[in-house]
Amino acid sequence: MIRLLLALFLCFSSVVPALAVNPDEVLADPALEARARAISAKLRCMVCQNQSIDDSNAELAKDLRVLVRERLTNGDTDEAVIAYVVSRYGEFVLLKPRFETKTMVLWGMPVILLLCGGVALVLAARRRSAGTPGSPLSDKEKEELDKLLRS
Amino acid sequence: MIIELGHYALVLALATALVQAILPIAGARRGDRALMELASSAALVCALLVAFSFAVLTFAYVTSDFSVRNVWENSHSLKPLIYKISGVWGNHEGSMLLWLLILVFFSALVALFGRNLPETLKATVLAVQAWIAAAFALFILLTSNPFARLISAPGEGKDLNPVLQDVGLAIHPPLLYLGYVGFSVCFSFAIAALIEGRIDAAWARWVRPWTLAAWTFLTAGIAMGSYWAYYELGWGGWWFWDPVENASFMPWLAGTALLHSALVMEKREALKIWTVLLAIMTFSLSLLGTFLVRSGVLTSVHAFATDPTRGIFILAILVVFIGGAFSLFALRASRLKSGGLFAPISREGALVLNNLILTTAAATVLTGTLYPLVLEALTGEKISVGAPFFNMTFGLLMLPLLCAVPFGPLLAWKRGDLTGVAQRLFVAAAVGLLVAAVYYYAMNGGPVLALLGIALGVYLIVGALTDLVLRSGIGKADGSVAWKRLSGLPRSAFGTALAHAGLGVTLIGIVAVTAFETETVVEMKPGMMVNAGGYTLRFDGMRQGRGPNYTDETGHFTVSRGGVAVTEIWSSKRLYTARRMPTTEAGIRTFGLSQLYVSLGDPMTDGGIVVRVWWKPLILCIWGGALIMMAGGVVSLSDRRLRVGAPTRAKRAAGLALGAAE
Repeated sequence: MIRLLLALFLCFSSVVPALAVNPDEVLADPALEARARAISAKLRCMVCQNQSIDDSNAELAKDLRVLVRERLTNGDTDEAVIAYVVSRYGEFVLLKPRFETKTMVLWGMPVILLLCGGVALVLAARRRSAGTPGSPLSDKEKEELDKLLRS
Repeated sequence: MIIELGHYALVLALATALVQAILPIAGARRGDRALMELASSAALVCALLVAFSFAVLTFAYVTSDFSVRNVWENSHSLKPLIYKISGVWGNHEGSMLLWLLILVFFSALVALFGRNLPETLKATVLAVQAWIAAAFALFILLTSNPFARLISAPGEGKDLNPVLQDVGLAIHPPLLYLGYVGFSVCFSFAIAALIEGRIDAAWARWVRPWTLAAWTFLTAGIAMGSYWAYYELGWGGWWFWDPVENASFMPWLAGTALLHSALVMEKREALKIWTVLLAIMTFSLSLLGTFLVRSGVLTSVHAFATDPTRGIFILAILVVFIGGAFSLFALRASRLKSGGLFAPISREGALVLNNLILTTAAATVLTGTLYPLVLEALTGEKISVGAPFFNMTFGLLMLPLLCAVPFGPLLAWKRGDLTGVAQRLFVAAAVGLLVAAVYYYAMNGGPVLALLGIALGVYLIVGALTDLVLRSGIGKADGSVAWKRLSGLPRSAFGTALAHAGLGVTLIGIVAVTAFETETVVEMKPGMMVNAGGYTLRFDGMRQGRGPNYTDETGHFTVSRGGVAVTEIWSSKRLYTARRMPTTEAGIRTFGLSQLYVSLGDPMTDGGIVVRVWWKPLILCIWGGALIMMAGGVVSLSDRRLRVGAPTRAKRAAGLALGAAE
């Protein structure tokens, strides 16, 4: 029972007010802080569901935010900071996965679909214009049309 | 006793659904009218039984009958009445019962108002509806019985998850389900068309109002959910690309495509096969959404159900219905004759482009949502696909579509004149750029992309109105003549204009908030000030309070502008006593279309408290635009040709004659 409650608590605690960045974390230099925020929004809080470390109030997220700020203060570029975090925590931490073999389908999907759809449409349009523009009316249809036009 | 009656009614509903699922379709094959007519009565009986069953569960909640396990788990005797009622669907079992209730309710509507449908079509549609109803009734009875009793009734319930104790969340699921399940009718019509091997304009005339209604509800549900997340979760976000949000967004995208392709089919008899396919896809995505949320395969903010047996059962439903529908489509689609020729540059062409982009967008969201799951299952590698991915891909896809939206209604059917339309939209584009320039000046600069976004939004609004202006001849014809023409336009023309303008309004809101919002995080002690959006907030202090089932701490802020106090804001943190769970109740003040958003963080050791203040410029446009889109849906739905439903045979002939005369 206790374990169930604990599990419930843990799973709900991620829902609760995710109030992230605390005043004590904020860097003095606004430009550097802005870069830190932008980077944080791209990094996943590993213990949360679908939250960036910027949004999360989990301990781990806080540690990561501090880490990002430390690296930035040490003069790392944005890319270097991200590369460093990935080297420590793996690619799972990236909310926007890199373009690689394993993410080819993911990134390629919109392009492939648009291309396939476009080609299919062009082919369909060609086929349509190549065919006779509508077959002539059958006698029965003509009769029906006459009746309609007269009414 | 009454609980058992509710349970029994559900069993009877399953039996009725099985009768409705089998006999009418047999009747339709054999031309047996008595069997076909059985469908309508069975649908009505089934709806009554499920409604009774649902009423019983509601009764158990209202009277706090904790001998019912479901009530004990999700309710509390001190909870306000409205949350006792909304608690019925604030949990897995109850929400599935609500799903079923809406499904059989829609079947009953088809039974009641479908008198002028061809009888074989009606019987088949109702039978298909009953297949779905039977599957879900079985699912509820076997894996998620809300009527299960506890042997010794506890004295007090465990309370509803506090974040769900909110008016927004009380009405969000019903709206969403009305949308999701509304598409089941389109699905059933599509399956019936495939079974019958026949499809005509009357079919589209029936499917379109259902699509419109479902789409309107789904829009409402999504907007509601988004606004709820905005004010309840306490960090001012309004869309997270959370898998559960995506689950409702995918049917919306496909449904929007369906709305447009059904239009082509109704007016021009073209795109028949595609419309049938879209109807199947839309409901399949709704089912998939239900699966994703209900099976717990993605544990996220919304997923309050985690039980693999349920997951496997829903997966089976998913496979049978989606797989079955697509197989049927593959087998029978070639029987449906396509008609209606059109040039690539035409209104049909524009609607095809709309469909291409919207379905690609839906597929992109689908891939992004499922990719991490599939990749992990196949290779064991874990990746994340989050907001930055979706913003980029989805944004890029939407850009051309948004530019093309105003062109659609201005292009002629069959063969359109692109340059002519572009000239007519010149004013819209110019106004858009002008407004963006003024905004740039007012904001003292800003990112160029954001300004182009604002321009695009304004262009959408003016472009939507352009259609009405041109069709009524305002500015060219005499005032009274123009007015007469304007009021003579079909309601659907206004619906289109409203929906497209609403899209522009939403876009403006999204762009403005994304680019121009400001966030201030400070530690405050009473008497301290903070600036946001041209206003100054003074923190006056904290106050303890107590609600029916929670205690709270409220911070009081005085808002002033230029030294003059204009209003005050209360922002609080609640602790729900039953679950010992905290929530934030953000303090929100509206100024025009913008909002100040104040949320309390943790108290600091030195007596201060962390306060987050956001200025959200034009944020109300996001949901205001959704409201305008919904209004468009409702206005379109009231169009005469949809209100009268599928016309009778004689009327249809007259309609054809009219169409020929046009």
